Amino acid sequence: MEESSSSVQVVIPPKESFAKEWSSDQKAFKGVPWGKAMMWIFLVSDTFVFSIFLISYMTVRFSTKNEWPNPSEVFGLHVGQANVPLLLIAIMTFILITSSGTMALAVKYGYEKNRKMCGYLMLATAVLGASFVGMQAFEWTKLIMEGVRPWSNPFGAPQFGAIFFMITGFHGTHVTIGVIFLFIMTYKVFRGHFDTGKRGFFTSQKSDYEAIEIMGLYWHFVDLVWVFIFAFFYLW
Amino acid sequence: MAEGTQQHPLKTYFYVWTLLFVFSGISYWVDWYGFQGYTRWTLILIFMLLKAGFICAIFMHMYWERLPIIAAILFPCFAILVFVFIMWHESYWTLIVRKIYFAIAGS
Repeated sequence: MEESSSSVQVVIPPKESFAKEWSSDQKAFKGVPWGKAMMWIFLVSDTFVFSIFLISYMTVRFSTKNEWPNPSEVFGLHVGQANVPLLLIAIMTFILITSSGTMALAVKYGYEKNRKMCGYLMLATAVLGASFVGMQAFEWTKLIMEGVRPWSNPFGAPQFGAIFFMITGFHGTHVTIGVIFLFIMTYKVFRGHFDTGKRGFFTSQKSDYEAIEIMGLYWHFVDLVWVFIFAFFYLW
Repeated sequence: MAEGTQQHPLKTYFYVWTLLFVFSGISYWVDWYGFQGYTRWTLILIFMLLKAGFICAIFMHMYWERLPIIAAILFPCFAILVFVFIMWHESYWTLIVRKIYFAIAGS
């Protein structure tokens, strides 16, 4: 846990004024690898996509005359005799946070070029992500069996189904794509592609452990979106 | 923090990781305990923003980035708040129109 071994030397040009860097020629984001900048820009655009979903949810929920279904009852699970509210959603939340933590550590070990640790942590992240998708599939199945449809449901306002399937569906798609890429990256780490600079099969570009950080950005973003969905859709 | 280096100590990660667990636990407890109304909404929002902030700052390394890229990421997000404000009012307008219509049409 000593801090000296975990410092990462990255060549960063000296800081100039904010306005000067933004208005500079050729390169505004100094010291930021292009892949990372592009991932951030993609994530900003994705933020807008999810914001629009959540805003449409707000609009629909505020403007409906019917009672909105109570999520802590709809998503409750029966454990023995007791009905535990939101149990599955809570487990999913904790799994996603755990996977975010393992991802953050994978990025850290990637920077230290610790191939084994990085690989195992990436694998753990991928497995946790896959289990999240599995639970989401279970949740969808449960709700569909109970008669929830995009146009109607037995609990209250008919818009509930449409919003539920759209938002969690879109988030689940993001997680699924993330899991696929996590497995690909795990393979690449274990095979040492980032140490030898082997060209990727898809991009035919050389890459190094920077790719792990870019992967991490995407994965943390998926977790970030879930934080908002959990708060606004499940808890509100 | 020294100029020209990015330091990501293990301790920070474990600390933030634990915090995220605690915040999620408390958010869940808010529902479990059954807070209602403004207390509930305020608590949910506080813990949501804390979690989002820590994920962004530490896990996504935004704390260690330079101001130009942080600004490029965060400035556009304020547009979302404007949109939220517009649609919030729009939705209440829709609700009023619906209520009036159903009152007249009698359903």
